Amino acid sequence: MHARADAADTAPNWHDDIFATLQRFDVRQVPYVPDAGHSKLIQRVLGSSSMRGIPLTTEEEGVALLAGAWTGGQRGVLLMQSSGVGNCINMLSLIPILRFPFLTLVTMRGEWGEFNPWQVPMGSTTQGVFELSGVKVLRASNAAEVPAVLEAAAAQAYNALTPTAVLLSQRLIGAKVFTK
Amino acid sequence: MSKANLLDRRQVVSALLANRKDVVAIGGLGASTNDITAAGDHARNFYLWGGMGGAAMIGLGLALAQPKLPVLVITGDGEMLMGMGSLATIGLQKPSNLSIVVLDNEAYGETGGQTSHTSAAADLVGVARACGIVDSRAISTMAEVEAFAKAVHDVTAGPRFANVKIDSANVERILPSRDGTYIVNRIRGDLGFQPI
Repeated sequence: MHARADAADTAPNWHDDIFATLQRFDVRQVPYVPDAGHSKLIQRVLGSSSMRGIPLTTEEEGVALLAGAWTGGQRGVLLMQSSGVGNCINMLSLIPILRFPFLTLVTMRGEWGEFNPWQVPMGSTTQGVFELSGVKVLRASNAAEVPAVLEAAAAQAYNALTPTAVLLSQRLIGAKVFTK
Repeated sequence: MSKANLLDRRQVVSALLANRKDVVAIGGLGASTNDITAAGDHARNFYLWGGMGGAAMIGLGLALAQPKLPVLVITGDGEMLMGMGSLATIGLQKPSNLSIVVLDNEAYGETGGQTSHTSAAADLVGVARACGIVDSRAISTMAEVEAFAKAVHDVTAGPRFANVKIDSANVERILPSRDGTYIVNRIRGDLGFQPI
């Protein structure tokens, strides 16, 4: 699991800070592809009475789902991992065309002490893929900055219809370690 | 190529939308969006011109946001095959107000009529049922289409799925608006939501 997190940088409650922000912005639909970095947030969502956690089979489903949610009057947020961003590329075209509020929280792999080379190519291009697709990118690298970054991201996504991705860095989450 | 006794796509869609009342209808990328337009432009029509594979998920997001409204996705076999995983996602959520109709001509009509997987291997009704959509039907008559059209209005008994075998004739293109923001905001306005 997530060993080797930087103790000084990692407070245990940053998931709660994210959840509180999403609640305050009246987020109702939370599509996700299961991911260790998001697991505590997913538990909070599944235990919530106001949010609906929606497991997906692939990340691009979540982009289309959020378009439908907005058409029906609800806000949502897509939870995924950096490798899933690549699965979304064509579906991201719906965002500028339909002009719906898009917020995604992305746990990063392929950086900061990664042990698995297969995660590096997509992790290295995640930010570029978003920017080429018209999605603004913000990053949270330590627990202390999570609340401010989430607040800024949610505000510009939902209030200014500015599609936004928050990259939750591997330094924040803690690099996954399977090796000895 | 064309087989006997297959249904006409425009007749099928006209029957599905003839007495639509408050239904929100979502077309798939391709001819199904034109079919919905041919049945009559409507403030609650969602025309998909891109994002192939997304129609059923747009329907799911809308159905979950508006659980008392009947939401009807009308798409093609190629579009549904591309988003086949979404049937598993829908089967898990079980939105009781969502109905999905696939107009299955066993071909990619928009791109030259190349054969699709449903012609020989893929049974979409079987897939939908195996994904947990209990009410999954294969439809081959107009009477069955009309019965399904009535069922769409029961927002307590879905989700439901129908695969309708249609003939592969090319029909006149009747094109709706391509302005996605207009399409979405028109539906939102009709549902009572103000612009931001």
